[in-house]
Amino acid sequence: MSAGTVTAPSAPPTQHHPVDKSAADTRIGLRAHVRHTGALVRRNLLWIKQDMESMFDAVLMPIVFTLLFVYVFGGSVGQALGGGREEYVQYVIPGLMAMMGMNMAMGVGTGFNQDFQTGVMDRFRSLPIGRSSVMIAKIVVELMRMLVATAILLVVALIIGFSVESVPGLIASIGLAMAFGVGLMWIFLTMGVVMKSAQAIQGMGFLVLMPLQFGSSIFAPTKSMPGWLQAFTDYNPLSSLADAARGLMNGNAPVAHDVWVTLIWSVVLTGLMAPIAIHKFRTKT
Amino acid sequence: MYGMTEIDNKPQRGADGSASAVSVRGLVKHYGETKALDGVDVDVREGTVLGVLGPNGAGKTTLVRCLSTLITPDSGTAFVAGYDVLRQPRQLRRVIGLTGQYASVDEKLTGWDNLYMIGRLLDLPRKEARSRANGLLERFSLTEAARRPAKTYSGGMRRRLDLAASMIGSPAVLFLDEPTTGLDPRTRNEVWDEVKRMVGDGVTVLLTTQYMEEAEQLASELTVVDRGKVIANGGIEELKAKVGGRTLRIRPADPAQLRPTATALDDAGLTGLATTTVDTESGTVLVPILSDEQLTAVVGTLTSRGITLSDIATELPSLDEVFLSLTGHKTSETQDAVSTEFKEVAA
Repeated sequence: MSAGTVTAPSAPPTQHHPVDKSAADTRIGLRAHVRHTGALVRRNLLWIKQDMESMFDAVLMPIVFTLLFVYVFGGSVGQALGGGREEYVQYVIPGLMAMMGMNMAMGVGTGFNQDFQTGVMDRFRSLPIGRSSVMIAKIVVELMRMLVATAILLVVALIIGFSVESVPGLIASIGLAMAFGVGLMWIFLTMGVVMKSAQAIQGMGFLVLMPLQFGSSIFAPTKSMPGWLQAFTDYNPLSSLADAARGLMNGNAPVAHDVWVTLIWSVVLTGLMAPIAIHKFRTKT
Repeated sequence: MYGMTEIDNKPQRGADGSASAVSVRGLVKHYGETKALDGVDVDVREGTVLGVLGPNGAGKTTLVRCLSTLITPDSGTAFVAGYDVLRQPRQLRRVIGLTGQYASVDEKLTGWDNLYMIGRLLDLPRKEARSRANGLLERFSLTEAARRPAKTYSGGMRRRLDLAASMIGSPAVLFLDEPTTGLDPRTRNEVWDEVKRMVGDGVTVLLTTQYMEEAEQLASELTVVDRGKVIANGGIEELKAKVGGRTLRIRPADPAQLRPTATALDDAGLTGLATTTVDTESGTVLVPILSDEQLTAVVGTLTSRGITLSDIATELPSLDEVFLSLTGHKTSETQDAVSTEFKEVAA
């Protein structure tokens, strides 16, 4: 009591401290956390509204990737699959869908890094909010962008002849891709805090993501790859994710193992990287 | 109110027994070899404005960043509104406002959205956050620009929005880190007026600045810092007297009278700590004075010598002059250490 009565200023008329009962606690309650995250999600959505060009990647990437892979490689890879382009469409679309979270995750890192270049981050850090709200808001908005990208991908896919064999499977694989995307986003958020520039994150991101994406079963079956590469692709979580999505959507292969592997990866990545990211953010000077 | 149980945060008392809204003892923050803060003591009495005056790199921003919990000091203690910077950062954040050296607003958001967002982050209910945003935009004359992104604002508007953002939580203590650096003189006056109004509302302010004039305008007390150390402390008038008070700028009607004017004053022994300086470029003589009596005597002496004046103005010492007289070195110099005798001057 002593603190408040002695040190609070004579409050100006019609104003008062926004101190309520919940504020007395040193920890931030869950409801306050959700409220803060909501306010920051709104901020990030307003950014997109302000700058629609920032949605270009989410809108164009699925279109470009789908057309590129289906029409450039589709014929020959499809033949190897024992069919044609139609066969490849069924093969690659679930893989592309699984991949949507990847490039989005990189955007989270660069966007977060750019926030630090402006003074607004100082403002956030001087407010009585959980540091994690700022990061979770970024992830929520990125997941929304990912859903937009996935929807566009699906429309393009349907136009070029993709057929969804199992709607629950489709929904499940989108969920799986999002879960794995969140894990990756925490990695990139950490990079966003630690690394000096957005360019560095982008460069590093490409360097890591490119081999991961192409050294997987996303674009082509791994059977024809050399043994050493197969060893890599077998342990690449993106292969598990792509195989799981493929099995779930096409409903033609057992998926339990791949689903579990992907889920474990997602949980481990988030469980490991989220505390690191939040700690780095908290102690950043 | 704040429901403190685990830590006894009794209010800090200043030397004169009045409550200190900010109380800093022996604060140290090193960045590698650089001693940004090297044992700083600062007190701000409740409801007053303390100006922290110093050149670039003196440690002013580091001090503000420590006190607003953005960085953790290496050692020392700091209390703001009774809360320990190190142990009670969350409660502390609830009662402070911060306006950084670079406007800490979200440029892509409109003025209104900026204020509403901060209101929500400070746990105001939606309706209240809305009315608070509207009220503050009105008060800081930003209503017309409320729906425009902040990046379209002029420098002065941005600072005003920044000040408004700092006021959303009705803070007990406000930190203003060089609030007018980079602004043109007219805009600077605007910001000063706003700060004065905020002080009128009873907010305690810790203000950092590089300008003596700004300190004079806003602060009642001054702490002068250099290279992470406090080199002087006290009331504005007290410090001004210490550094030689004001400077008279005298313009003889006849430029040929420049030298005779200076000689006459030096002969009469009417100058303060330093001697007169002739500024031929502007056709004026600079006379350091310590008191109003000296001013009167200067005019009397010149009248009796038959020198006609076309202009006479008093000027405050510049930061450079303050530094020169407090430390014996210029602000831009890079000396290894401030010798202790200057601290005695300050004490």
